[in-house]
Amino acid sequence: MHRDDFEILKSGIIYLDNSATTLKPKCVVDRVVDYYTKYTANAHRGDYDNSLKVDMMYEEVRDKVRDFIHAKSSKEIIFTSGTTDSLNRVVFGFMKYYLKKGDEVLLTKAEHASNILPWLELEKEIGIVVKYIPLENHQVVLRNVQESITERTKVISIAHITNVLGDERPVRDIGKLCQEKGIYFVVDGAQSVPHRAVDVEQLGIDFLAFSAHKMLGPTGVGILYGKEELLEKLHPTIVGGGMNTSFHSDGSWEYKSLPSRLEAGTPNIAGVIGFGAALDYLTEIGMENIHQYEQSLKQYFLAQLETIDHVTVYNKDVGGSIVAFNIDDVFSQDTAIYLNHYHICVRAGNHCAKILKEDLQVKNTCRVSFYFYNTKEEIDEVIRVLKRSKDIFRIVL
Amino acid sequence: MDPNSRRDIMLENYQHPFHRGLVEDEDYLLFNTNNESCIDHLDIQYQIEDGTIKDIRFDGEACAVSMSAASLMIKALIGKNKDEAKVILENYKKMLAGEDYDATILGELVVYEDIGKQPSRRRCAILAFESLEKLLEKM
Repeated sequence: MHRDDFEILKSGIIYLDNSATTLKPKCVVDRVVDYYTKYTANAHRGDYDNSLKVDMMYEEVRDKVRDFIHAKSSKEIIFTSGTTDSLNRVVFGFMKYYLKKGDEVLLTKAEHASNILPWLELEKEIGIVVKYIPLENHQVVLRNVQESITERTKVISIAHITNVLGDERPVRDIGKLCQEKGIYFVVDGAQSVPHRAVDVEQLGIDFLAFSAHKMLGPTGVGILYGKEELLEKLHPTIVGGGMNTSFHSDGSWEYKSLPSRLEAGTPNIAGVIGFGAALDYLTEIGMENIHQYEQSLKQYFLAQLETIDHVTVYNKDVGGSIVAFNIDDVFSQDTAIYLNHYHICVRAGNHCAKILKEDLQVKNTCRVSFYFYNTKEEIDEVIRVLKRSKDIFRIVL
Repeated sequence: MDPNSRRDIMLENYQHPFHRGLVEDEDYLLFNTNNESCIDHLDIQYQIEDGTIKDIRFDGEACAVSMSAASLMIKALIGKNKDEAKVILENYKKMLAGEDYDATILGELVVYEDIGKQPSRRRCAILAFESLEKLLEKM
């Protein structure tokens, strides 16, 4: 769908690394260029026309994000530099002050580095206890979540959809459970918000982190959603210009209210404004349509892969639009290099989930991740290339 | 050397690597190498006796280029002293950098000459040799 809007596709590449980042449609690039060529100014600073326009455009995007994830208020939307930044702010701006020594945080071994390392740092710093919800067939099941909860469990922090296997977690049920037990629910939405409708209220999410660049937007822009009463308590991890109302030589200061208090310094204005165009574009297509279309592509790809004996798939029954596979007896990176020879872009590796291998028994995989601009014809070409991969080392070496 | 022969040598060393598998012996010095730009990692063990490399073992998970280069490096280094090993390393690095080098010193390692021209794969070809650099600092 909509392939003409993506200039880069005219080069003939088959882009299947959408979990890493997505391509950018012309409208997003144009919006960024317009800011730099027609009305460059800082936000929240000047009284001249362009500055006011920038202010308005920037804040409009906040409203668009609010509507996109069905948040109650624009004050609940904080612009960050990406999912990693958002999660770090939750851990070091909120949890560091809320959690006490011995409090337990539940993660899984399939989480991305950005949802594990901050917690491990905090564990070392203040003595919280990081625990992992046992996976069943690599997936999170509600029963295991329930059984992992103790009286000391204060937080559950997991991805809605994982970036390695693309499995979807029962977020609504876990959200409900968290509300019943007074546990904070932190969700890494980097792989879900770009691919399906997400409603933070319905899902019972306390904090949600995601990135613009994985959903057609510019790099360097992320979102931190938090319930207003929680963000009110979140300490700014970065302080400086734009977030204070006053400071004095006697050492006193006063910070602004939400959301400005959590956005120190000049933000990524061009990126945020460009993200606005991405949100309009996605809304126009419809997230449900995107979800359905990606599912049909994935099912088609899986059915075709079944016809190749020397390929192993690791995640046939997952909800996301990711397929993890290996050509038998070939290192995943060699497969990626082989596919690149035919202008097919896939990712090889452990995809930043470095402790999942303890559960998966396979350290590295090739990952195909779809978006709405991919086609069955592209899949046919990938299958053709994989079928004749017996001569892979003639290409790779 | 023609491309087919080069490929055959690499493939033979990838599919049947020389001295793969580590030994439990405290005589051996262990070095780990990680390719920061990708997912390869190799463990390489050196046994040094009277200033000479007596034995080398390796293991790990890596692409065909990294793996075969480790195997060929081991074949080239066993029996060499510090100065000889240093000359091999220097010439190998020169070859990958596209500079003049002495092919007679490198033997079968010359099969990676073309790979050195691809920046993305140069790191794979040099990975095992990073352990040699660490070793030479200690010898």
